[in-house]
Amino acid sequence: MRRFRGFVVKEFYHIFRDYRTLLILFGMPAIQLMLFGYVLTNEIKDAKIVIYDPSRDVVTRKISDKILSSGYFVLERNLVSVAEIEPAFKQGDVKLALIYEPGFAGKLEKTGKAHIQIIGDASDPNTANMLVNYASGIISNYLVSMNSKKVPLQIIPEVRMMYNGELKGVYMFVPGLMAMLLMLISALMTSLSITKEKELGTMELLLVSPMRPSQIIIGKVFPYVFLAFIDACIILVLGKLVFGMPLLGSVFLLLLESFLYICMALSLGILISNITNSQQVAMMISLVALMLPTILLSGFIFPVENMPGIMQVLCHLMPPKYYIIIIKSIMLQGNGIEYVWNETLILIGFTALFLALSIKKFKVRLA
Amino acid sequence: MRTILYIIQKEFLQVFRNKSMLPIIFIVPIVQLIVLVNAATYEMKHIRVSVVDLDLSSTSRKLVSKFQGSPFYRIQKTSFSYREAEDQMKRGNVDMILQVPAGFEKKLLKEGQAKVQFVINAINGQSAGLTNAYSTMILLDYNREVVLENATPAMMAGIRSIQTDYSYWFNPKLNYKTYMVPGILVLLVTIIGLLLSGMNIVREMEIGTIEQINVTPIRKIQFITGKLMPFWIIGLFELAFGLSVGKLLFNIPMEGNLGFIFLSAAVYLFVILSFGLLISTITHTQQQAMLVSFFFMVVFILMSGLFTSIESMPPWAQKLDRLNPLMYFIRIMRMVLLKGSGFADISRYFWSLVVYAVFIVSLAIWRYRKVA
Repeated sequence: MRRFRGFVVKEFYHIFRDYRTLLILFGMPAIQLMLFGYVLTNEIKDAKIVIYDPSRDVVTRKISDKILSSGYFVLERNLVSVAEIEPAFKQGDVKLALIYEPGFAGKLEKTGKAHIQIIGDASDPNTANMLVNYASGIISNYLVSMNSKKVPLQIIPEVRMMYNGELKGVYMFVPGLMAMLLMLISALMTSLSITKEKELGTMELLLVSPMRPSQIIIGKVFPYVFLAFIDACIILVLGKLVFGMPLLGSVFLLLLESFLYICMALSLGILISNITNSQQVAMMISLVALMLPTILLSGFIFPVENMPGIMQVLCHLMPPKYYIIIIKSIMLQGNGIEYVWNETLILIGFTALFLALSIKKFKVRLA
Repeated sequence: MRTILYIIQKEFLQVFRNKSMLPIIFIVPIVQLIVLVNAATYEMKHIRVSVVDLDLSSTSRKLVSKFQGSPFYRIQKTSFSYREAEDQMKRGNVDMILQVPAGFEKKLLKEGQAKVQFVINAINGQSAGLTNAYSTMILLDYNREVVLENATPAMMAGIRSIQTDYSYWFNPKLNYKTYMVPGILVLLVTIIGLLLSGMNIVREMEIGTIEQINVTPIRKIQFITGKLMPFWIIGLFELAFGLSVGKLLFNIPMEGNLGFIFLSAAVYLFVILSFGLLISTITHTQQQAMLVSFFFMVVFILMSGLFTSIESMPPWAQKLDRLNPLMYFIRIMRMVLLKGSGFADISRYFWSLVVYAVFIVSLAIWRYRKVA
């Protein structure tokens, strides 16, 4: 046991003396939280539009005013001809064009009907779709206020947003960031630290020491459990204090599940280091094959339900997905273990699988 | 010149002899392109709805069938208890509850106004917003039908209407994939370029072989050129390969001149590779180099406008974003490929990249010392 303790102490020295790595490990969650919290939003503000208004009457001016004062749009310029629309789009900044028909107010007065055309730059299809919706919403609101008489037989939707009334993005990215960073620290850092010993040849020394292979591996990964745990706490505390992320469920359960996830990632890291011999390969596997899928296939940014069938099958093979479901369920819905035991079992299964594979692949001799 | 060629030859040999690196450099990115482009979608499909229809009138049934008929929705369950539906939402089985209160039809016909409820799981704010937009749109359409069927001309007199038509240019079917392919391609080229160059010199330092190079008459500039050239070629090749895959599999439009793309890519890769080189001169181990590159990469990627729009970021962040090379290149790719923008349109971004390249190459060369 003393031997083992000495080994763990050595690993801690390794890590704590490398202040660059530490700085990044602890600075990264903070900076990424800030980025997600303050910088990245899916809301659209100040989209540039161009307006072609040949009639220039009271009604069109009022509609344009309403649209420009909504906060979603700012006027880039007024066009003099329809032909200017395409170059405006091609220069890249203009997102929407608004075209009134000539004699707008007159037509509206006489026939009760008038036309507006909205053109969106759909090279960015989502933004275009939302902007077109906003603009037509503003126009129909204006119409309601203009009509003195009430439109008959109206069905009014009453919308209630559950669990996240203000549609804050922070509710999505705190769980996502935890999944990503814990994976990074646990899987990537451990696999690198083990392959490094192989690359430098010091693994040979460890293997001929009286320590058992299991002790070496456990000693290697132990400090990273610790680091990963601290990072998880940093994210949780910052998320709570700075962004008001709720924590409705039990903190104990949350930490327990995080511990399980860290173990899963560590066993994955051990597996990677057992099948590779150089840091470069280990890193490439971890980064290219783990990080991007963790970000994109776990439901962190893009909801899993929207993906095509085969992709969804792939998503089910991504352990972070289950962890994200668990955290969201505990933090935002205040659910207990009875709602998430299914996902928990799956994570345990993954851990067992990776461990079994790495034990099978483990070699006591290197050459 | 011959010295440079030798170093290039050595680097290529090293890359191509490493059997486990080859698939990672050439196959994994392409697989990722295919997988990720399919995954990165905001298109809403199959919103799972639980219906609680307490009215059971012909009007409410018709409304429910409207949702059923829409490709965006899938009715998961119909029940008469709101509590049951909410429990389903808690378990994550439904995304939205559509509740029609009792006496809905009567109220609508008598008082001319009635309410229905959409209860939406809003943990993912973005999807919730879209779900709300779609649902409201279906309701409005249905409302129009109801008015046409039941309203008398007297009721409609004096009501004016403005008709809005909309059209989507450059991508009329709102295909999200064509938007994502150019962006994800940039991402993959960047990751490979930055990591390969960032780890390269540090690796020689860690193993100790850098000493052998330090004592040779190879000059600093020759060494750096020799180190960077192979990755520059690999990067360009990868971009070309990725573009062909994008064209063949996703049929992405190529409206503009591909020459502009490769011209910008050549400059862009210089920026990325020198950035990696710079990282490798300020770190001592591969682990550090990897973490530093990872850190910058995540910040660059998130702020590049790949997933979220740059215009909606706060002004200080937009100013900061001028230091982000990914932002320029993703813009150029999207503008040229999707909209067919010409050189005049992209010149602002192109010249920014050139300035960036000159600056960062000189910084990297200045930082690199031929001592261990």
